[in-house]
Amino acid sequence: MLLALSSDQELFSETTAKLLEELVPVGELRRLRDDPVGFDRDYWRRGAELGWSSLLVGEEHGGGSIGDFGLVDLALVAYEFGRHAAPGPLAVTNVVAATLSEAGHGGDEVIGALLSGASVATWCLGEPPPDDRLGSIALGVRVEGDDVVLNGVKRPVESAAVADLLLVTGRTGPGLTQVLVPAGTAGVSVAPMDSVDMTRRFSVVTFDEVRLPGAAVIGSTGSADDQVARQLERAVAIACAESVGAMQAAFDMTVEWAFDRYSFGRPLASYQELKHRFADMKTWLEASHAISDAATGAVASGAPDAGELLSTAKAFIGDYGSELLQDCVQIHGGIGVTFEHDIHLYLRRHTLDRALFGTPADHRQRLTDIVESRDRVA
Amino acid sequence: MTAADGEDLETFRARARAFVRHNLRPVDPAQSIGPLRNERTDEEELAAVARDREVQRMLFDAGLAGVCFPRRYGGQGLTPEHQRALNQELAGYEYPARIQAPTLSPCAAVLLDFGTEEQKLRHLPAILKGEEIWMQFLSEPSGGSDVAAALTSAVRDGEEWVLNGSKIWTTGAWWSDWGLCLARTNWDVPKHRGLTVFVLPIRQAGLDVHRIEMLNGSKEFCQEFLTDVRVPDSDRVGDVDDGWTVGTRWMFHERMLTNSPLVTVPAGMTHGGGSTPMEEVARDAGRLADPYVRDLVGEAHMLEIVDRHLRRRIGEGIATGTLPDQSAAIGRLFSGVASARARTIAFEIAGAAGAAWTDEDGDLAFCGSDFLMRQVSMIGGGTTEMARNVISERVLGMPRERSLDRDLAFRDVPRGAPTRP
Repeated sequence: MLLALSSDQELFSETTAKLLEELVPVGELRRLRDDPVGFDRDYWRRGAELGWSSLLVGEEHGGGSIGDFGLVDLALVAYEFGRHAAPGPLAVTNVVAATLSEAGHGGDEVIGALLSGASVATWCLGEPPPDDRLGSIALGVRVEGDDVVLNGVKRPVESAAVADLLLVTGRTGPGLTQVLVPAGTAGVSVAPMDSVDMTRRFSVVTFDEVRLPGAAVIGSTGSADDQVARQLERAVAIACAESVGAMQAAFDMTVEWAFDRYSFGRPLASYQELKHRFADMKTWLEASHAISDAATGAVASGAPDAGELLSTAKAFIGDYGSELLQDCVQIHGGIGVTFEHDIHLYLRRHTLDRALFGTPADHRQRLTDIVESRDRVA
Repeated sequence: MTAADGEDLETFRARARAFVRHNLRPVDPAQSIGPLRNERTDEEELAAVARDREVQRMLFDAGLAGVCFPRRYGGQGLTPEHQRALNQELAGYEYPARIQAPTLSPCAAVLLDFGTEEQKLRHLPAILKGEEIWMQFLSEPSGGSDVAAALTSAVRDGEEWVLNGSKIWTTGAWWSDWGLCLARTNWDVPKHRGLTVFVLPIRQAGLDVHRIEMLNGSKEFCQEFLTDVRVPDSDRVGDVDDGWTVGTRWMFHERMLTNSPLVTVPAGMTHGGGSTPMEEVARDAGRLADPYVRDLVGEAHMLEIVDRHLRRRIGEGIATGTLPDQSAAIGRLFSGVASARARTIAFEIAGAAGAAWTDEDGDLAFCGSDFLMRQVSMIGGGTTEMARNVISERVLGMPRERSLDRDLAFRDVPRGAPTRP
């Protein structure tokens, strides 16, 4: 998280943390384990009142940010979500709300319901193998007269079973098309998946000759590539901030454990072997904070190196975050791999975010693509 | 000095840009490979040192030297943001690499913190003009990490001190001018309480500089032998027997590396020259299309970018007090490990050219010998093990390692035989 927050941002982030502690303490997360939705709609509405879903939405549509950039504020929320392993479709609802607002689509009523928390939206991006790599889209959007027709499969789609709106990224010829599909549209079927996370639910969503009027297209047909790229940037920034929050929570918990736990008459924290591992973890943690903040700031301000910083952040935080979290488990010993201990809540959240919106390997490849195209220009 | 007193950032940046574009030579980053490769002849190295002094003087005359040094000592009295702007404008251009670390930091930084007014006025302007290049006389052959166990002795003789002993791991002492030297002045107290810091000219009778040959043939590192070197008491820095107070701050400045606002380094370049961009190595290996190699290239760039932003976070955190000073060790640890990993990646990409190469192999040449020297980034400037001790003990507050010499008069502390490289 940023070293220097404005007082408004500090208040906002503290209020979010307080609400999460009140509404979704660890006991509640454990209760939600068997809940098919994974979050309570009233909880989501309370968060929406604080601004959880309005930070990327323009003021003309009722949104607005705390500081200069809504995405930086949203990263503060995402960080707290990670620190508390909090439930709720934070990334996908915000990504869809931002795109609808930018495209001036859906009218105030649709966007307003997302802002108030009365409705939630999700983004259907990923697809089954072999089209599961970052940037690979096969779902077809066919134009037929005034209608568009969708055919294909999306997975994993977050909160698909309860989302009121599905923003579907598909392909029309060589370019991308995005269509806003209301829940319950004929031809849409939703099948639940298993997931590593305690409270985030994912589904396979199948589109079989799903027909909608052309007005459901967000932006223009066959040329939504930039729109999709912007969505991905936001989703990755949110996933990174959330991951860093989960890393921080697990690290703090493990440092405390190292001071409290005694073996052979000494605290774990007195063993040089473990101290050196804590030093490595602290280094990875600070590095993750640094690159997450830098990437979010670059995306928010539209800096030319935003894509490079973002892929750096996703690759680094994914890989090194896993090492940190698994080493925290290791230092706990047997209790660390039990359901009873809380550390798995954070391990789960980081693991989820690592695998979504491009794996570390995907983003390393992307970094090389960026470097190579820059060399070509130069 | 505050920003309010000085030149505003954009005026400064425009001035820096104009100077850099009109006066400095653009460099191919792959051409400045730093001190660890054995590629230059002595004549070439001395010519490069002379050019560094010349460029430093040009920066001084242009009002761009010592951006964060006070004006009364020849600096500009500006802010770290001004220094960062200069670094950005210098990207892709030559700069006086050999006058940054250790001359400006830690040596000049220590003089700023602890020097007498007379010492500051004598040395800081000379340093900023490129007239004095400094070395750290800190490590000794008897032990690198346990700096406070220094054996070099200083014995008082009237208004002078007489120094005897040996210092080691000074980069380029054979072409340098002054040394900042930690010596033992009291053997009857525990090790931390009997040290004193001095400054001394390197080129003088009684001070022999011996060049150490590294495993790759580089002869940049030196060892010095001090035999009855006389130093006037006015060249003492800090109080007698209080050298550890100076030394602690000294090592803080050392761990700051290029993160220090006192140091000028073109943006995107780590100290000691940039390393070859990894995609160039891959291209010269003809393997840039190989997905595995592309993964490695991406990893190398990732580590470089994270390193840059981590250093920035730590610098800002220390400056604003959000992070403790000892957090400098976090940046040191990351840089050391990341550089070593980059050497491994280059070696991996080079394939068999990592074992044997010719002049026609382009950027593949020397990947193998760089790999042999890989650990240097985790040893020089304080080992990564020491950085891990500092982070766990001073940043995270974990219990200190038990030491057997803490309450013992230093002369009674057991020690092994001195080692020589």
